[in-house]
Amino acid sequence: MTALTERPKKGAPPSVRPQPPTGVSKWRRRVPLLPALIFTIIVTQLPFVATLVISTFQWNILKPGERHFVGLSNFSFVFTDERLRTAVLNTIVLTASVVLISVVLGLGLAMLLDRRFVGRGLARTLLIAPFLVMPVAAALLWKHAIYNPDYGLLNGTLNAVYRFFGADNGPTVDWISSYPMSAVVLSLVWQWTPFMMLILLAGLQAQPGDVLEAARMDGASALATFRFITLPHLRQYLELGILLGTIYVVQTFDAVYTITQGGPGKQTTNLPYEIYLTMFRKYEYGEAAAAGVVVVLGSIVIATFALRTIASLFREEVSR
Amino acid sequence: MRARRMTHVLITATAAGSLLAACSGAGGSSSDGGDGKSINVLMVGNPQMEDIAKLTKSTFTKDTGIKVNFTILPENELRDKVTQDIATQAGQYDVATVGAYEVPVWQENGWLHEMGTYADKDSAFDKGDLLKPMVQSLSAADGKLYALPFYGESSMLMYNKDVMTAKGITVPERPTWQEIADIAAKVDGAKPGMKGICLRGLPGWGELGAPLTTMVNTFGGTWFTKDWKAQVNSPEFKKATNFYVDLVKNHGEVGAPQAGFTECLNAMSQEKVAMWYDATSAAGSLEDAKSSKIAGKVGYAYAPVVETKSSGWLWTWAWAMPKTTKNADAASKFMLWASSKKYEQLVGEKLGWARVPSGKRASTYEIPEYKTAAAAFGDITLNSIQEANPTNPGVQPRPTVGVQFVAVPEFQDLGTKVTQEISAAIAGQTSVDKALNDGQKLAEEVAKKHQ
Repeated sequence: MTALTERPKKGAPPSVRPQPPTGVSKWRRRVPLLPALIFTIIVTQLPFVATLVISTFQWNILKPGERHFVGLSNFSFVFTDERLRTAVLNTIVLTASVVLISVVLGLGLAMLLDRRFVGRGLARTLLIAPFLVMPVAAALLWKHAIYNPDYGLLNGTLNAVYRFFGADNGPTVDWISSYPMSAVVLSLVWQWTPFMMLILLAGLQAQPGDVLEAARMDGASALATFRFITLPHLRQYLELGILLGTIYVVQTFDAVYTITQGGPGKQTTNLPYEIYLTMFRKYEYGEAAAAGVVVVLGSIVIATFALRTIASLFREEVSR
Repeated sequence: MRARRMTHVLITATAAGSLLAACSGAGGSSSDGGDGKSINVLMVGNPQMEDIAKLTKSTFTKDTGIKVNFTILPENELRDKVTQDIATQAGQYDVATVGAYEVPVWQENGWLHEMGTYADKDSAFDKGDLLKPMVQSLSAADGKLYALPFYGESSMLMYNKDVMTAKGITVPERPTWQEIADIAAKVDGAKPGMKGICLRGLPGWGELGAPLTTMVNTFGGTWFTKDWKAQVNSPEFKKATNFYVDLVKNHGEVGAPQAGFTECLNAMSQEKVAMWYDATSAAGSLEDAKSSKIAGKVGYAYAPVVETKSSGWLWTWAWAMPKTTKNADAASKFMLWASSKKYEQLVGEKLGWARVPSGKRASTYEIPEYKTAAAAFGDITLNSIQEANPTNPGVQPRPTVGVQFVAVPEFQDLGTKVTQEISAAIAGQTSVDKALNDGQKLAEEVAKKHQ
């Protein structure tokens, strides 16, 4: 983190302050900001401290008399519990597949949208739409309108195709039960592809036209131009998309809760849903808090990488 | 983000709440200061509750001068909120709707006011008219009543009469599970896309857990013996679960692992299944011609059995008063009114007799207008409720009161996790044996805490 804060300074213009402020004037400048600072600390840091404290307690709210300090044993439970390990694994599978698939699809769509054609504005708006749908609404839509074996779009289409070829009825596939993880991933990919597309489109449109033109003059094929010029140029945009996407998709709750309820069994139970179950079915606040702390630490690690990427993007802008 | 943030916020809120409660003493703090002129009521968002929210101002408030502020939430949120409120002694609510599961657990923690004395004092309330299983399921180990029932239900088998007639099948009034499985096989495919039976497959102690446990009971199984030995992988439990899973897999609704009460109601009323085993309160919706294709064509039978004489479950939504309230008098007046004969009469006259919050009083079933409105299912509902025995629902004595649940705090979690695995077995992703052996381990952990 220190490298992060120091490096941009090198490129920054030298300080124009004539003299370092004295103690009194320093505080005069700070005092008006203090309420905001205190407010920020209260709303962001205190809850976390409270979570840390609670994570050291054996605390089931349905047993009011039995609350007591247990040290780190909730954490040892978090790391040894088989359900939580499954949840961690599911979270990784879910996040990685959603982010990677939506980056690839987003890239494809961004490339298409980068060209000029009639109705481009409309196409762009329509493609962004899934990202604007509320997560719960999107999950309900997928569960009922698309996956439902009775009246869902997927089986409806299958049946129509079968009937077209003369069969009575197509097979009735119970998508959610047969392919639970894929079902959740697909609905999330639908939501997150527009996000990736937006970031990558911004990257593509920031591409210097003269370089591309030079490549064309030199007789480079479209594929070679993409591989050796566009892709390296997009690298940071790709990184940014992947990291921001990861931070958000790790915390997916709505899709899991709505579409599969973590099931069948625990095949799609990810960490947020497992924490929800610990909190609201088991009422074990200590365990839930400990699991929450672990997730926060994990997220901080990812977020640190994300911030680095953003910082490097800005650095590039400055040096340009 | 949302999930984690929500967890944070709630944890903090709870922590803050308990700190506040600690500061203000056990009494907690009521926002109204206990003037007795206004009470806060937290209710589950079922149609009967929405009715009372509409009727209160023009009748109860007009007569008594007590203003009632309602908060209506869906079942799961209600449970979360009411548990938080009561457990942290926040004291925000003077009355809350609770189910048969919560009453014994919460009473043990000393969270609830005793209600029997209030009911005895009010002669017009006629406590003796309340159905015995309702009183039992809302009483604690000390035999006192801790909540007043608003409406009650048991479970029964509902079937499509047209389909049965077309196939020449007579459904016995008191069928066995084997008979039902045979019928399910015969009517499977009676119409294009129609399945034999709808049984819940959605995980949850109150979803799949409820019908499954009634089946376990009648197959001779139990979650725990009287002296807290876990029985989840016992031969009887296994036999019942295998029967349930096979029946759903072979002749059950499509998408069974995601089908709960709502999905089954939909499947039944849209003629996607020929039979449905579920709550007696579903009849009202099946008979509603606006939403149901089979209104007027539904046959009703008692919950199928194997080894017991009856097997219906027992559930009630009831009014409870948290100990933290400062408006006990006003709150009790409201509770007594809401559970009274007078209120049933009011609903019948103003909103229609099919909407009466039934299933708690014997006298409801003697009202001529109600008898007509519930002609098809009224008797079976009443008998099923009366036959349900919450203290002894199976073939062996139980450690707690309750038909389709075990009344200990850990059961919500245990029931949810075990039904998750059984739901996976229905989906064909695991075996019943593995699901129940895993469940046995969880159940043993719970048993340890109670031995």
